[in-house]
Amino acid sequence: ISARELEHIKKYPNAKVISLGIGDTTEPLPDVVASSMANYAHSLSTRTGYRGYGAEQGSKELRKAIAETFYKDMGIKDTEVFVSDGAQCDISRLQLLFGSKMSIAVQDPIFPAYIDSSVIIGQAGDVEKESGSYKNIQYMKCEPENSFFPDLSKTGRTDVIFFCSPNNPTGHAASRQQLEQVVRFAQENGSIIVYDSAYAVYISDESPRSIYEIPGAEKVAIEVSSFSKIAGFTGVRLGWTVVPKELLYSNGFPVINDFNRIVCTCFNGASRIAQAGGLASLSKEGFKAVISLIDYYKENAEILLETFKSMGLRVYGGVNAPYLWVHFPGSNSWDVFGEILEKTHIITVPGSGFGPAGKEFIRVTAFGQRENILEASRRLRSFL
Amino acid sequence: MAAILFSVSRSLWNPRYERFRKSKFTTHYPARTVASSSAAFSKMSAIHQILSTSISSSASAFIGGHTNLKSATKSSNFAVAGKISGVVKCVASAAEKTAYTTKVSRNENMAKLQAGYLFPEIARRRAAHMLKYPDAKVISLGIGDTTEPIPDVITSAMSKRSFALSTFDGYSGYGAEQGEKQLRAAIASTYYGDLGIQEDDIFVSDGAKSDISRLQVLFGSNVTMAVQDPSYPAYVDSSVILGQTGQFQKDVEKFENIEYMRCTPENGFFPDLSTVRRTDIIFFCSPNNPTGYSASREQLTKLVQFAKENGSIIVYDSAYAMYVSDDSPKSIFEIPGAKEVALEVSSFSKYAGFTGVRLGWTAIPKELLYSDGFPVAKDFNRIVCTCFNGASNVAQAGGLACVSAEGIKAMHEVVGFYKENTSIIVDTFNSLGFKVYGGKNAPYVWVHFPGQSSWEVFGEILEKTHVVTTPGSGFGPAGEGFIRVSAFGHRENVLEACRRFKQLYK
Repeated sequence: ISARELEHIKKYPNAKVISLGIGDTTEPLPDVVASSMANYAHSLSTRTGYRGYGAEQGSKELRKAIAETFYKDMGIKDTEVFVSDGAQCDISRLQLLFGSKMSIAVQDPIFPAYIDSSVIIGQAGDVEKESGSYKNIQYMKCEPENSFFPDLSKTGRTDVIFFCSPNNPTGHAASRQQLEQVVRFAQENGSIIVYDSAYAVYISDESPRSIYEIPGAEKVAIEVSSFSKIAGFTGVRLGWTVVPKELLYSNGFPVINDFNRIVCTCFNGASRIAQAGGLASLSKEGFKAVISLIDYYKENAEILLETFKSMGLRVYGGVNAPYLWVHFPGSNSWDVFGEILEKTHIITVPGSGFGPAGKEFIRVTAFGQRENILEASRRLRSFL
Repeated sequence: MAAILFSVSRSLWNPRYERFRKSKFTTHYPARTVASSSAAFSKMSAIHQILSTSISSSASAFIGGHTNLKSATKSSNFAVAGKISGVVKCVASAAEKTAYTTKVSRNENMAKLQAGYLFPEIARRRAAHMLKYPDAKVISLGIGDTTEPIPDVITSAMSKRSFALSTFDGYSGYGAEQGEKQLRAAIASTYYGDLGIQEDDIFVSDGAKSDISRLQVLFGSNVTMAVQDPSYPAYVDSSVILGQTGQFQKDVEKFENIEYMRCTPENGFFPDLSTVRRTDIIFFCSPNNPTGYSASREQLTKLVQFAKENGSIIVYDSAYAMYVSDDSPKSIFEIPGAKEVALEVSSFSKYAGFTGVRLGWTAIPKELLYSDGFPVAKDFNRIVCTCFNGASNVAQAGGLACVSAEGIKAMHEVVGFYKENTSIIVDTFNSLGFKVYGGKNAPYVWVHFPGQSSWEVFGEILEKTHVVTTPGSGFGPAGEGFIRVSAFGHRENVLEACRRFKQLYK
């Protein structure tokens, strides 16, 4: 995509290109968060404030704050929370944990890291040339016809099921009933769900914000999340993974013990400064500020949603996630991407980048400065 | 420029960006026998399994990490690795014996690991000791953890960047996974100035430990590796996790399939390469953790030659290079021809006290090629883009300040301080009549206790002087009979520890 962007800029040097492509936060950190990081950094140059290695699992304070903020009343303890430098790293560490013999299922379309990390670790098998699909991976189709929730009766058993909700790229947030189905499916098959809840804070309706809202999930699911889209920490690098102690391998061995070993051997903890920022973002004042940033992006999503609707397009998402999934039936997403770029100087992401089921879709992110979102809106309306 | 091709095959996946296109590979590696401990394990009740494994593997999840003393009181099962010596509180009821399990098999590679990672184990022992002697002033010369404050020039850059993130102009989101351009360029010019390593050969990371695992992921499960014996445990442990090794052989304390290159006083702490079997990868750390030995130019030339003859790749860990006092090379790339056989890993941890800030780098020359001619750096770049999302931008701002003129001066001062600590420790043990190694080019002192069990010596020193050290056998079988004393500490603590050593061993 960046190659196409560069080409485009060369062709139209005076055009103001607006990026609604990569899902990167744009708004500055709240003062209370930034200053906690600045103060922490400063304290490292004092004798009493200096700290060396931290616990690889994260500071106890932060682990507690995460458990209390996101898993209140769900029975998740701080000792089950592992602080990391972000979800992408955690997914790879989980793949390392699982090893090359695991079979995985992913939603289709989906954010590529689950598949790519699976290929790298040796789980995925051969690739089918035409579709680009991997032999050993189960693809759970998520499309308008099934309201973006897979038909589990058509899904074969796999050891691991990656499930992202609210979803990147479709924006769909699974309902309680749907997640109960997923948990039941995992129980029946003895599978482990890796639940990616990075966008949970964008939920506007009653959809569950954590897999652990579903009874029994602690025996079948790991949850991964991130401060990236919560606190604008895309560059600061902070996230977490929850591994409940009730989650056991077939021989009864607790998954948490092995994950802890991975974290202690393959990682050395998230930056203490990032952790200080994370803690501040979960404080009363910090969380309030962070929520208002999230609301800002959600308002962006509303504006874009209205825009696409007014154009008569079939648009999904945008309500529980900062992504809109726009359908151009019968088209090729790279062509649509190209046409939008050419005619409106807006960068989006072609849906086929997320898997075969994304072929006719375009993903538009709601991250951006309000004036850019409004300008993009204007251009889009005059486009069709 | 002649490119030398090596016999290291590219890992079993082909990361061309458009689509992974399969190169010929099998999807199954030879079946390994499931560890007999696993079979025995499954016969135990669920709770017994949990208790015994929380002891034999790192108990950090339950004791709460190596800095947390309080939570050690919640669980009463702190113990010597492998044995239950505390009071065990049984919480199982009959119903829990039939706890739901998934049908997912435990990764058999994880089952091969023995006990927990070394340093959390040391931390556990320390915590247990502090509970036993709540009034003792325990001094830590065990885990190589920096203690002195980070120089102002560096922390103020990090504060500045933090504040900038709250401004419209200063905010930045995702950074390049390989690191910020300026920092990559500055690392290249500072550490590899005339060595022909460029900005785009540098991959900034959150530290050497993470890099080592990412390199193992890069290499895959089909490679063989050689390590120094003794060595920093992450090389061996990550190799086991990736499935490169066989079982742990208790009689020799080695993992099957790893080539251990003995480094002892007898061979001057440089392995006799004529006795070393060919492996795909050679991990080499110099200045060495734990022995403190820094290989000479001549020795490293031999090593590069050995790698060239065998078509191997050297992973050179230079994390302690700034501690070199003599004219030992500070980078493998000082050796002619090294760019075709080696990549180098380093870290700001021990230079700038960044152990908690998290910043390091890996340098991969463009000339380093797999047997099919494919550049190793290209695949590493793919790993970095898929399995990582860049080092923290605030840490990188600190790194940039580290390699400024003022920052380099400040780092040398901090390093100098720890080197003075090292001299004090060396002098102490020398004066007590011990055979002492290292301590000249590294912040580690390697003290010989011939004929003794290093865990026992560790335990005795801890019990009698309340000083935490690290038992040599934790670093490999050739570490048996040695104790590693690290020189990171406040001056008064180092002096006090030395006083206590003198008391104990006078």
